[in-house]
Amino acid sequence: MFFNFMDELRAAGITASLKEHLVLLEALDKEVIQRSPEEFYYLSRATFVKDEGLLDRFDQVFSKVFKGIATSYGTQEEEIPLDWLKAVAEKYLTEEEMAEVKKLGSWDEIMETLKERLAEQEKRHEGGSKWIGTGGTSPYGNSGYNPEGVRIGGEGGQKKAVKVWDKREFQNLDHTKQLGTRNIKVALRRLRRFAREGSADELDINSTINGTAKQGWLDIHMRPERHNAVKLLLFLDVGGSMDPFVKLCEELFSAATTEFKNLEFFYFHNCLYEGVWKDNSRRFSERTNTWDILHKYGHDYKLIFVGDASMSPYEITHPGGSVEHFNEEAGVTWLHRMTNTYPATAWLNPVPEKQWGYSQSVKIIKELMNDRMYPLTLEGLSDAMKELTRKHG
Amino acid sequence: MRFDGTKDYVATDDLKVAVNAAVTLRRPLLVKGEPGTGKTVLAYEIAKATGAPLIEWNVKSTTKAHQGLYEYDAVARLRDGQLGDERVHDISNYIRKGKLWEAFTSPELPVLLIDEIDKADIEFPNDLLQELDRMEFHVYETKETIKAAERPIVVITSNNEKELPDAFLRRCFFHYIKFPDRQTMQEIINVHFPDIQGILVKKAMDIFYDVRDVPGLKKKPSTSELLDWLKLLLAEDMPLDVLQSQDPSKAIPPLHGALLKNEQDVMLFERLAFMAKREAR
Repeated sequence: MFFNFMDELRAAGITASLKEHLVLLEALDKEVIQRSPEEFYYLSRATFVKDEGLLDRFDQVFSKVFKGIATSYGTQEEEIPLDWLKAVAEKYLTEEEMAEVKKLGSWDEIMETLKERLAEQEKRHEGGSKWIGTGGTSPYGNSGYNPEGVRIGGEGGQKKAVKVWDKREFQNLDHTKQLGTRNIKVALRRLRRFAREGSADELDINSTINGTAKQGWLDIHMRPERHNAVKLLLFLDVGGSMDPFVKLCEELFSAATTEFKNLEFFYFHNCLYEGVWKDNSRRFSERTNTWDILHKYGHDYKLIFVGDASMSPYEITHPGGSVEHFNEEAGVTWLHRMTNTYPATAWLNPVPEKQWGYSQSVKIIKELMNDRMYPLTLEGLSDAMKELTRKHG
Repeated sequence: MRFDGTKDYVATDDLKVAVNAAVTLRRPLLVKGEPGTGKTVLAYEIAKATGAPLIEWNVKSTTKAHQGLYEYDAVARLRDGQLGDERVHDISNYIRKGKLWEAFTSPELPVLLIDEIDKADIEFPNDLLQELDRMEFHVYETKETIKAAERPIVVITSNNEKELPDAFLRRCFFHYIKFPDRQTMQEIINVHFPDIQGILVKKAMDIFYDVRDVPGLKKKPSTSELLDWLKLLLAEDMPLDVLQSQDPSKAIPPLHGALLKNEQDVMLFERLAFMAKREAR
């Protein structure tokens, strides 16, 4: 039952599993709902959709799969009073338009057509010249001929028999938030290094028992709570060839900012030089000197570069190679300084690993990083985290 | 046992179906939605409607999953050992039951509310997978297994601060409480203020939805704020014409403190009022 439904859901990116399918069947079996398509829609929605961002997609799939199964229920057929229609048309149609409309036939015929179309029309509609909808040239519908807002359907006017799922009320929830950062967060968790710092507010049972046994009376020991003490420096390449990867980088960034308390991030363009910045809109006015970063953040910081490393090789190897300004010292010098200061370094590259061989600059950077370049995939991210947590001599 | 809303709570059709599915199949119901749309209240109302006792577990950022099951109070035992109390020989004296334990062993079928599950650590939901799926857990100290005689009704709320793991979501029914439209809002107000003047409600709702439409608000007022505001308006016996005044220079609604909870938002409104005044001149 409903296998087709499940396939369509999965095709639309809603991760419906067998488990949910069985739950749905069980619910139907136990007669949780009355047998109306509307309740079935609600039930299947509660079962399959677990993220409000996907509700709109679910509505579309539902409408596609169950189209025509229940054409009318609950709501009444449309009734358009003839004289009202006449009045509206006469009031707002120009001569030419009147003539055009007349081609369609007499008023009675127009009304018949309108009724038919209302019945035929399942989806909302905009533009075009036949269907009832908004902004079109069809004589039926709203905001076409009647600027004062006499509407067919919509609020206030006559209600069209719109099915709940065809209303697509959740439309603007889709894509408003980033999906899938959880996986990234879980990968970043590998980088957790717990340390006990701060005020002692947790009971240390082992030392308490030891102390008590030694002294013969109750000897309470407290200790600070465990915190993730990993410190992270994140350098993100922005602009130009990085544009296709913005979404990926955003996800990584948002996951990283929630996962790590000691996180500092900076932006650079193509290659690292003497200045980086924290705010892209003020990239030229508010620069941070790279020397300051090297001096300010200790060796125990872990360093992550995110960039496609795709540029002209001169931008790395030669002074003055930068595309944006004249750099006194070559990018390679700066990258050396960074890797020397921070032994735990990794470069995450959003470009698929297969294509790395085609770009000379990628090879150069990979070499500079001592092969510590990883693709920006979940697997690559885990590998990079593993590398960063390795003991660095 | 069917849930159809209560006299204090207006439930939309889709919410009813989701609740009934969760109650009948005894699977957790995960509720999300804007703050103030009645996620937590829903659990109270389900408990009321089904006549079941409510067990509330409020999750904080420091809450650990095992605290919902049980905790072993080692300090008390050490102290009793020190004082030579007889109780010390039985470890079960020092097991503190958590909310899940309470729910599993409750004599009546309870409603268990796990409030704001997203506040806790990212692993928190994963740590509760088995417990919520099988409704049982093992106590290592006493080597007993606590199993629910009857699966309790579980309501979980989330504010979307963290994403929940797929495996966890698979075990739940999900409902997103969307912000009520005017009609539903009217019903909600009627339920809370049965003898309120129709015209006052209409004006207040106009202002309320206008405020919600102002772009750039840090925190949009929601249902609970509207209800508070109406209560205030009634308590202050605010004359109707204050609400009715069309004067654009009065962009700040009266008693705005109930609607705007953020000083930046109040400032935004003051600026709007200032600009309106300047335009009027």
